[in-house]
Amino acid sequence: MNSKNRPTDPRRRRFLTRSLLAASAVLLTGCDRLTRSDTMGRLFDASSALTQKAQRLLASRESLAREYSPEDIAPTFRANGTTDPQDATYRRLAADGFRDWRLTVDGLVERPQRFSLDELRSMPSRTQITRHDCVEGWSCIGQWTGVVLSDLLAQVGVRDEARFVVFHCADRYRGGDAYYESLDMIEAYHPQTLMAYGLNGGNLPVANGAPIRLRAERQLGYKMAKYVMRIELVESFAHLGRGRGGYWEDRGYEWWAGI
Amino acid sequence: MRVFDSFTGTNRGQAATVIQRHGAFTRLWHWVNAACLLVLLMSGLQIFNAHPALYWGKDSSFANPALSIHAATGNDGEWRGITQVGPYRFDTTGVLGVSGPDEARERRAFPAWATLPGPRWLSAGRGWHFLAAWVFVPMLLAYLAYLVLSGQLRRRLLPRRQEWRTLGQSFYDHLRLRFPRGEEARHYNLLQKLAYLLVLFVVMPLVVLTGLTMSPTMDAAWPWLLDVFGGRQSARTIHFLCALALVIFFLIHIVLVLVSGVANNLRSMITGRYRLPASEEVLSDEQQK
Repeated sequence: MNSKNRPTDPRRRRFLTRSLLAASAVLLTGCDRLTRSDTMGRLFDASSALTQKAQRLLASRESLAREYSPEDIAPTFRANGTTDPQDATYRRLAADGFRDWRLTVDGLVERPQRFSLDELRSMPSRTQITRHDCVEGWSCIGQWTGVVLSDLLAQVGVRDEARFVVFHCADRYRGGDAYYESLDMIEAYHPQTLMAYGLNGGNLPVANGAPIRLRAERQLGYKMAKYVMRIELVESFAHLGRGRGGYWEDRGYEWWAGI
Repeated sequence: MRVFDSFTGTNRGQAATVIQRHGAFTRLWHWVNAACLLVLLMSGLQIFNAHPALYWGKDSSFANPALSIHAATGNDGEWRGITQVGPYRFDTTGVLGVSGPDEARERRAFPAWATLPGPRWLSAGRGWHFLAAWVFVPMLLAYLAYLVLSGQLRRRLLPRRQEWRTLGQSFYDHLRLRFPRGEEARHYNLLQKLAYLLVLFVVMPLVVLTGLTMSPTMDAAWPWLLDVFGGRQSARTIHFLCALALVIFFLIHIVLVLVSGVANNLRSMITGRYRLPASEEVLSDEQQK
């Protein structure tokens, strides 16, 4: 190297070298601790809230997720998370073909109700071929048939204070807490948001969430609760789990699953 | 860029010519961007590890990935790290598929030292990734706008017509690690211009758009994204390839910075001041190696 390229002050070079070393040391050893800190948690939440606002600005209430053609349907729809709930009540209901199963819809509604599978099937239905995007990164295309959630909500009459729709499920992922998820009213009233009882023309298999599961096509897979037993309209998440609005949210995942 | 017109040459005994090479915004952008890209890359590898396979098309053809990094039991009963690209399989034990110290071998696609955070932790990887993206994307848009509006794009980055003839020579000079000196060092050479244009106006916008294509809400807002990239899984693969391109650019960038006068280069990116390397004739005079 040309001697004229050397810095005039060797202290500056030492400073630069040390800064670089210190920065990489902080990065390698401090990042895991930093990630666990409350400050980072708040920053992650703020960034997620910003994403939600930005995406809501760009995607109107009504903008639809892409629907695909029958040739695009995957030969088998990948089942993820819990695929065979061990809950005793659930097993008894499943053994009987869900004849005694009832979907409870309550909370902040005018007329709490319980629906049998036949009652849901007799309501107007929607069939859509959509892509499921798992938070892990894979995608799978399937055909879903079910009741449009907004029709169901119209039947029970949602009260003005209701801000979120919570889905309580029969499964405990890895034997832990009961699975639950939530949507706000914009996603809940979206025309493609279904309580699906059919997959690819047949009944919804147990592995995919029988007897009904949620389809919220503008969200990632973890939002789309399987084995739904009860729908509760709430004003806040304070009384649920760890208060973050869902099983995965309680474990650090973003409540906004549009990304 | 402020250029000292008083430049008269670099004869021995004369004061070295120092120019103001990078404006304040370029320097700020460069370092913020460097930090963002490091966080984005390492958290991106964390996210990739949650499903370490890439596909082409609308959805995942699980039996037929374009790339997959996994672990398989070898003949000796030990786990081997396998990286499969199309039909080709490579044993990448120690780095990809299986890594970590001997006493704590782990089956994971990218090794712990390359991911943010170190342990398997998808939600935290996503947290870091999106947080850094919220800095990276607005800064990129601002910088591209600045380059265009300030005229720097035209003056400093777009190759002039007569310059194209120097492509072969420029490439050859880079391979021999011979860099422009004297007056010529005032300007980017053709290869630098092309590399910066490609990274700034092609790779970085592509990585942002393919990132957006992976968001189901963005797909509903801007369905054309899915058509442009041939589906969500293709977009994910292109996103990964863009990241790889940025890593390769970064490595070449670092090597060239190191061999072409690291202190001078670093100073020009911190304070803006860059000392023009002495011109050829003077060098041959005083530096016969």
